[in-house]
Amino acid sequence: MTATNTASTQATPQAPVQGARRPFWRNPWRHPWFLEGFTWLYLIWSLVPIVIAVLFSFNNGRSQSSWQGFSWRWYFTDHTNSVLHNPQLHAAVIQTFRLSVLVTIIAVPLGVAFALGINRWRGPIPMTFNFVMILSYVVPELIFGVSMFILFTTLFSTVHLGTLAEVLGLVTWNVSWPAIVVQARLVTMGRQYEEAAADLGANQFQVMRRVMVPLLAPAIFASAVLVFSGVIDDFVIVDLLSSSAGNTPMSVIIYSTQHGGNGGPALNALGSIMLAMSLIIVILGYVGYRLLTRGERGSGLAALTAISGES
Amino acid sequence: MFRQQSMRSKKNAFWVALAAPGILWLAILFIVPFYAVLSIGMGKLDQLIAAPVAVWNPFDWSSSGVIDVWRDIFGSSSFAGPILLRTIVYTAVASLLCLLIGYPAAYFVARFAGRRKGLFLVLLIAPFWISYMMRMLAWIDLLSTGGYVNKALGWVGISPVNWLSGNSVTVVLGLVYGYIPYLIMVLYAGLDRIEPALLEAGRDLGLGRTRTFWHVTLPLSRQAILTGLLITVLPMLGDYYTNQMLSGSASTSMIGNLIQGQLGTPGLESQGAVLSLMLLVVLLVPMIYYVIATNREAAQ
Repeated sequence: MTATNTASTQATPQAPVQGARRPFWRNPWRHPWFLEGFTWLYLIWSLVPIVIAVLFSFNNGRSQSSWQGFSWRWYFTDHTNSVLHNPQLHAAVIQTFRLSVLVTIIAVPLGVAFALGINRWRGPIPMTFNFVMILSYVVPELIFGVSMFILFTTLFSTVHLGTLAEVLGLVTWNVSWPAIVVQARLVTMGRQYEEAAADLGANQFQVMRRVMVPLLAPAIFASAVLVFSGVIDDFVIVDLLSSSAGNTPMSVIIYSTQHGGNGGPALNALGSIMLAMSLIIVILGYVGYRLLTRGERGSGLAALTAISGES
Repeated sequence: MFRQQSMRSKKNAFWVALAAPGILWLAILFIVPFYAVLSIGMGKLDQLIAAPVAVWNPFDWSSSGVIDVWRDIFGSSSFAGPILLRTIVYTAVASLLCLLIGYPAAYFVARFAGRRKGLFLVLLIAPFWISYMMRMLAWIDLLSTGGYVNKALGWVGISPVNWLSGNSVTVVLGLVYGYIPYLIMVLYAGLDRIEPALLEAGRDLGLGRTRTFWHVTLPLSRQAILTGLLITVLPMLGDYYTNQMLSGSASTSMIGNLIQGQLGTPGLESQGAVLSLMLLVVLLVPMIYYVIATNREAAQ
C-alpha cells in the first residue's frame, strides 16, 4: 500500500524558470530544510541513547558515562557478574528464547487456521469470535495481564505462575497477529485460485496444501516474524505471570534490577543481546520475505512494512 | 440437489474444524479470564487469610467492592482521585507532545524524503525492534546522577538535577519517548495515502505551501491523527513500568501503578480487578472506534 505512492510523490519537478526571480522562501518547490532538520533531530533523540547504551555494555568498568576501554567483561569474561556467569541473567536469556520459540510454534498455526476458518464460515459464531480476536488485539496489555493473573491464581490454579502460564498468556496475546495478517492476505487474494483448483478436481485438503498454503506463505512467514520478535520484547504479561528466577525473561530482569542506573553494565549487555536477537530476526525476516515474494510486484519497502506489521 | 447440499455442509464442516481450535482457545483464555476478573471483583474477601474469594454465580455477586473503589476515586477522602487526575494529565500532555514532534517527522518522510524514503523508514521503524525496557534503560543511564545529561548541564554551570526519583518531567518525556514511534507510523501511513493529485490541485488553485498544508493535507490526515492518538493513549493508560523505572515514587504514580500494586498485595487483588474492569469499560468505546476506523481504512 505504501509502495505504490512512492513513485508519484518523488516526481517533484525542478524549480520552474520564472521561480528564479522570486525570493527563495516564496519558491514552492524549495527543499524543506527545516522539516528535514527537525526529522534528523528526532531520529538522533530516538536512536543515539540506544547506541550509547550498547557501547557501554562493552565498557571495561562499571561506569555508564566514562569510557574505560573495550572488553567482553560483561558478556562472558567476568566470572561473577557477566551475562554468561550470573545465573539470573543467564537463565533470562534462555527463558526469552524458549518463550519465543514455543509461542511462535503454537500461535502461528492456531492463528492461520483460525483466519482461514473464520473467513469462509458464515454465521454469528465466526463473526463474534472474529470480533473477540480483534478485541484481544486492541485491549491494553495491563488489563489483559490482570485477567490472566487472576485466571491462573484462582480458576486454573493448577497452572501455576511460571513458564506454562507465560506461554498460554503470550499465545493468546499474539494469536491475533497471524489471524489479522492472513485475513488481510485472503481478502486481497480473492477466491479464483482455489475455485480453479476445485474445478480441476482437487479436494479440500489438496486445495489447502497445494494452493492456499503456498499463496499464504509470505503472510504466514511475516506473522511468525512478528510473533517471535513480539515475544522477545514483551514485558507486561511475562512480568505478571513469572514466578521465579528460572522463568523470568530478559525484559523483566532489566526492569526489576536497574535500580536507577546502578544495575551495572551487565544489564546493558543483556539489553544488547535482546537487541541482537531482534536484529537477527528482522534480517532473517526481511530476506525470507523477499525470497517468498520474489515473483510478485513490490519493493523492499513493502517487505519492510510487512514484517513490522504496518500494512 | 441433495448431493449439492451435503457437499456444502461438508465444506462448511471443514472451515468449522479449522476455526474451532482458535475459537476454543479464545473462549477459554480470553473470555473466561474476564469472567474470572468479574467473579473476583464482585466476590468476597476471606478476612481470615486476607485473600479474595471468587464468587462464580452472577446472582450472588455483590457490588460492595465496586462501591469501595468508587469511593476511593470520587469520595471525599479519596486517595485514588489524585492518581486518576495525574494519569489523565500525564497522558494528555504526553500524547500531545507525541503529536507535535511526530507529525512534522512523519510529514517530511511521507512527502519530501524522495529516494531516501527507505533509509528514513528503517530509522523510524527501528525503535519497534528494540525492547521497550532497553530503550528505558538507555535513558536511565543518561539521566543518572553521574550520567551524560547531568555532565552536560555541568558544563553550562547548572548543578546536577535529580531526574530519576519523582520527577514529573522525566515521566512525561519517558512516555513520549516510549510511545511516539507507534504514532509516527500511523501518521506516516495516513499521510502517505494522500493522493499527490489533491495537493497539486491545491497548488494549481494558487495556494502556497503553508496554505496547501492547512487546507488540504491537515484535513485529510485527521483520521490518522485520531487513530494515532488512540494508539498512544490506550497503552499509556495501562503503563506502570515507564513510571516505575524512571521515577519509582508515589508522587508520580499513575492508574497502572495502582492496579499493578494492588495485584501484588495480598487482600487487595479484588480492588485491582475492579479497577482494571472500570478502566476496560471506559476504554471500550475508544477501542471499538479504533477497530472500526482501521477496518474502514483497510476496506479503502
